[in-house]
Amino acid sequence: MWEYSEKLKDHFFNPRNVGRIDDADAVGEVGSIACGDALKIYLKIRDGVIVDVKFETFGCGSAIASASALTEMIKGKTIEEARKITNKDIAEYLGGLPPQKMHCSVMGWEALDVALKSYEGKGKGVEHVEKEDEGRIVCHCFGVPEGLIKKAIVENDLKSVEEITNYTKAGGGCGSCLMDLEEILKETRREMEFENKVKKCIESEIRPMLMRDGGDVEIVKVEGEKVYLKLKGMCAHCPSSTYTLKAFVEAKLKESVSENLEVLEG
Amino acid sequence: MENVIYFDNNATTNVAPEVLEEMLPYLKEFYGNPSSMHSFGGKVHKKLEEAREKVANLLNSSPTEIVFTSCGTESNNFAIRGVLEANPEKKHIITTRVEHPAVLNVCKYLSKKGYDVTFLKVDNKGQIDLDELRDSLRDDTAIVSIMYANNETGVIFPMEKIAQIVKSRGIILHVDAVQAVGKIPIDLSKLPIDLLSSSGHKLHAPKGVGFLYIRRGTKIKPFMLGGHQERGRRGGTENVASIIGLGKACELAMNSFEEEMTKVKGLRDKLENFILENIPYTHVNGDRENRLPNTTNVSFEFIEGESILLMLDKYGICASSGSACTSGSLEPSHVLRAMGVPFTLSHSSIRFSFSRYNKEEEVDRCIQVLPEIIDRLRSISPFWNEKKGKNFKKVEN
Repeated sequence: MWEYSEKLKDHFFNPRNVGRIDDADAVGEVGSIACGDALKIYLKIRDGVIVDVKFETFGCGSAIASASALTEMIKGKTIEEARKITNKDIAEYLGGLPPQKMHCSVMGWEALDVALKSYEGKGKGVEHVEKEDEGRIVCHCFGVPEGLIKKAIVENDLKSVEEITNYTKAGGGCGSCLMDLEEILKETRREMEFENKVKKCIESEIRPMLMRDGGDVEIVKVEGEKVYLKLKGMCAHCPSSTYTLKAFVEAKLKESVSENLEVLEG
Repeated sequence: MENVIYFDNNATTNVAPEVLEEMLPYLKEFYGNPSSMHSFGGKVHKKLEEAREKVANLLNSSPTEIVFTSCGTESNNFAIRGVLEANPEKKHIITTRVEHPAVLNVCKYLSKKGYDVTFLKVDNKGQIDLDELRDSLRDDTAIVSIMYANNETGVIFPMEKIAQIVKSRGIILHVDAVQAVGKIPIDLSKLPIDLLSSSGHKLHAPKGVGFLYIRRGTKIKPFMLGGHQERGRRGGTENVASIIGLGKACELAMNSFEEEMTKVKGLRDKLENFILENIPYTHVNGDRENRLPNTTNVSFEFIEGESILLMLDKYGICASSGSACTSGSLEPSHVLRAMGVPFTLSHSSIRFSFSRYNKEEEVDRCIQVLPEIIDRLRSISPFWNEKKGKNFKKVEN
């Protein structure tokens, strides 16, 4: 027997917002019968606010509860606010999930993501949108793409392949992708470590220096060893901003993170 | 717990009151070691041998052929690994794809250790192909290990024919009969099985005790080395009280076969028929003609098994499921998959297993709440709503 929290049980026995919205502005559908769970959420959006939401779920107790929780969490929120919700928030909202059931919360996160992207991409009146391409499928048993695996690792700070399986189901079937998962985990953890070092250096060394002159800097994104930055404050309009970025910021980052690091304007 | 309706008797059973009664003195005053020389221990020894006789009687075998173990899993390990060790020149094993993990995982382990293992297929009823069995037998086949009755579906294999085929080649036959012993009569004076595993807690004895039947003359090495207990075939001081309980449970079972075939089967059939007749899109998994009288495995299409169990649990009804979500693994039951049951049905399968301690009122209670549970979960399911949508459209057209 799983140890389910009282809140989870409440959302399972009395699920909120069950049903469909026939004229939904956005629909997100993930999973399948073969996978053992599936979720479809319907959003009604007015002026950037999610005014109504309904769901249908095929799945176990925690899948139904996770979907119910998600709908409660996003109802009345702006799209921007909803986009910030991750699987961690869903699990927390329910008072935690057993480790092997974390994938239920990821399913909610995924469905929301698909729904919001469908809304962005095609505007109103979208009837049905397939899950968007998140890279190659790594686990063929459960159809899990690389993008979702990486996202789950970063968001939940996953440290083992077993955890990846608990959160995404990847590797839970025939096991032929386990070596692949090991590689993705190593690679992603390396990227995370790199990004952390960059962040730390910027926070503790670079920003204080720039701020002394009324300037500031923000990380836009990190891709491989390329760091995209945006100068702010006084620095933004400073004629020597390129110089600052290359000669000061990049030099500093190279010194404390990696020789091959490159700073670009984002 | 109050008001528990226990329909999960293939998982474990209640200890029969008569069994507990029989055991208690050996947990209280008669704590002697049956191996001791003194009469205080001797009295325990005598009672232990009486229990052995009762177990032997249930199978129409001889007490010297019964070795007590700690559980069904130990019996299976003992049988398979003991035979292989005693016959080191033979490197081939035959078993089926639907065995309990206590056999399946032993065989998988051995296949990694250099043994060649044949896993026999089953058809959509869960039955093996006897020709495939016959064709798989080889001169270097050390052991054939096939279960008597399946724990998930209750499907009974044609053991007489299996034994005939295997023994015609002089190969050792092991039968995991954990689910069969006590539920259906087994006569080992007629059925040429060499080794047979059983577990106490499946037939109203306590957990932590089982036995392995070893036909006289079978080449097998002991699995657990130690003292001279069990005639040197299984070391370790006997689990006295539980063994005495197991003896009593076998005696009770011997007198209950008719009740199994009438009352228990009646309860099972009542629930099963109700489901099939009153809840649409339900299917029974497994061969209904050759099945334990106490087991039914039903799939409720479009919904997932764990959610059904949770709903049943709210009413105190205990059952189990072949769905992936109940086990912590991500794939549904290996038994249903081997039978080719589609995912839609295997994820939604529920096993109800009865015992002679169940009452008709309990079945009635289940019948009362089950349709609503299924309705509620289906109303949440996108697949059910799709199905319904299509059907509605058909009506409109």
